[in-house]
Amino acid sequence: MFGRLLLCRLPKHYMKSLIGTAYSGSHAQFTGGQKMKRITEHPILGKIEKGRKVNFTFDGREFAGYEGEPIAAALKANGVAVHRYTAKLHKPRGIFCAIGRCTDCVMVIDGKPNIRTCITPLREGMNVQTQYGTGAKKEGAAER
Amino acid sequence: MKRYDLIIVGAGPAGLSAAAEASKRGMSVAVFDENAKPGGQLFKQIHKFFGSKKHKAKMRGYRIGEQLLSEVKGIADVELNSPVIGIYPGREVVVRQGDGIVHYCADSIIVATGASENAVPFEGWTLPGVMGAGAAQTMMNLHGVKPGENILMLGSGNVGLVVAFQLLQAGCNVKALVDAAPRIGGYGVHAAKIARCGVPFYLSHTVAKAEGTSCVTGAVIKRVDEHFRPIAGTEKHFDVDTICLAVGLSPMSQLLMMAGCDMEDNPKRGGQVPVCGEYGETSAPGIFAAGDVSGIEEASSAMIEGRMAGICAAAYLGFCTESEKWTALCPLKDDLNDLRQGMFAPKSHGKSLETTDEGILLSGTLLKKGHITSEEAERFPGVVHEAGVHPVIECTQNIPCNPCQDVCPKHCIRVGSNITALPEVDKSANCIGCGMCVASCPGQAIFLLNENCAPGFATVTLPYEFLPLPQKGRKGKALDRAGKPVCSAEVVGVKASPAFDHTAILTIKVPSEMAMDARFFKEEGA
Repeated sequence: MFGRLLLCRLPKHYMKSLIGTAYSGSHAQFTGGQKMKRITEHPILGKIEKGRKVNFTFDGREFAGYEGEPIAAALKANGVAVHRYTAKLHKPRGIFCAIGRCTDCVMVIDGKPNIRTCITPLREGMNVQTQYGTGAKKEGAAER
Repeated sequence: MKRYDLIIVGAGPAGLSAAAEASKRGMSVAVFDENAKPGGQLFKQIHKFFGSKKHKAKMRGYRIGEQLLSEVKGIADVELNSPVIGIYPGREVVVRQGDGIVHYCADSIIVATGASENAVPFEGWTLPGVMGAGAAQTMMNLHGVKPGENILMLGSGNVGLVVAFQLLQAGCNVKALVDAAPRIGGYGVHAAKIARCGVPFYLSHTVAKAEGTSCVTGAVIKRVDEHFRPIAGTEKHFDVDTICLAVGLSPMSQLLMMAGCDMEDNPKRGGQVPVCGEYGETSAPGIFAAGDVSGIEEASSAMIEGRMAGICAAAYLGFCTESEKWTALCPLKDDLNDLRQGMFAPKSHGKSLETTDEGILLSGTLLKKGHITSEEAERFPGVVHEAGVHPVIECTQNIPCNPCQDVCPKHCIRVGSNITALPEVDKSANCIGCGMCVASCPGQAIFLLNENCAPGFATVTLPYEFLPLPQKGRKGKALDRAGKPVCSAEVVGVKASPAFDHTAILTIKVPSEMAMDARFFKEEGA
């Protein structure tokens, strides 16, 4: 995709400033998803109030989001679509129900697996990792 | 073990309403909810509700949620992040709180756990990007993140239609609305709101495939025959990144089953439901069910059912007398009955209707394409032609709703005592063009027309709930009911008022002959 090429060519500091800004004009691609615009002003809800801006890491990359919003919302705003890969068939899964019922969106959060990211609030410095089967990817394991 | 007179499972519209009634009668009440915030799904409902004043019609769902919360504030314990994991003999309620399991005891229980969204399998349905319509609503209306840019909606019931409109409001593109049924399942007025924005309807179609390897990059739909079998060679591709599923809800009745209540499989109620009395009494003494868990309806009826169950639980334990109970139940029963009338009433499910209750032939295109035609409009009692400004009401199905009648200061609009009747425009009354009816209609089906505002020109005043709001003097195109540009138009008036509750009203000037066709506005360059 054009978006991915564009982003790769940008200097690293610019990339960082782009990540986590409320608005993204580019279709930055990380794990397949495109960076979703945050809704800053809504015809019915007005200005969308958010918590404090915080930093977190996703698979080692620095991301920004808002404190208290579900981890899944912060990931979506940063263009992450795949939250985990299933244990047997290694199929990607993402947000499905967004209310904590389906467990499709579970990830490894601060080392703890099976955390439902759609209902778990984002905190400063969180370590968010893609879940492979029932845990994080083992060091040195081949990319599926 | 902590004891309560009443434990309510679920802090949604039904549970909170039950808590309000029970606490009022002196019961000690605890409400447990698995979520971090109370209100169930009410806070993501940003549209105006149908019904009459007593059903809180024309109020937006989240405002109703705020009202309910303030009603129970300080009188009932609402315990959040507290999923109930079991109901055991002796009305023991087991709750997961923090990292522990806590046992509570209750003399009565109301289960108001609501419903969960159904899924439908197709090739690629597990890909990230395929999500419930409710999930999309949660992402955009609660968390302020667009669920996707280009979206295909599967399901034309009210959930599919309402969420499709909300996606447009959030700035997403809804590429198509698809349903395997040959007719639109939800309210025609909800369909009309998205049709005039140009969203195409594909009925008798289903999703054949979600394309993509790590997430959705496209969708293929296919026509189905009358037995819902896909027809080869009818595939159509859409470039979408998100597929929303609005294919019905299922009651979350597991706790009731666990509590030993008699259950039945009732497709009309959405699946496994408890066998219930009229006021939510299950077969287990002291255990009541209220809201979607006892049969899928909507939030307005859930709130009434909750109140009824709260009153019955109070009477069961002697917190009110039998006669006080009936005095309280009677008006609620009437309110609920009002909501269960009309074309979408449970008793009308599955029936194919030809005419309205008034005997008027229904629109032939509304449930096929999502809009009526200007010729069809003429046969409905809300559509009149007269000199000067006057309302034109394109409300063509018998649905329980009457805010238009209440808000008109000049009494131009009449629905009557039967709230499912079609609104009529009284030509003898004098419309002052205030726009209250336009802004109040939850179906956005009311327009003000001045068919001869200047020689050869007409003005059309329409509801507008999008950003940016076009400014006075701006030029663009008038769109017809199908979202097709039909003529040039100029914005000659924009009104936004707190009384309109975020529905702006836009007045556009169009050639006179387009007065009955122009129903939406698209600014030049937008």
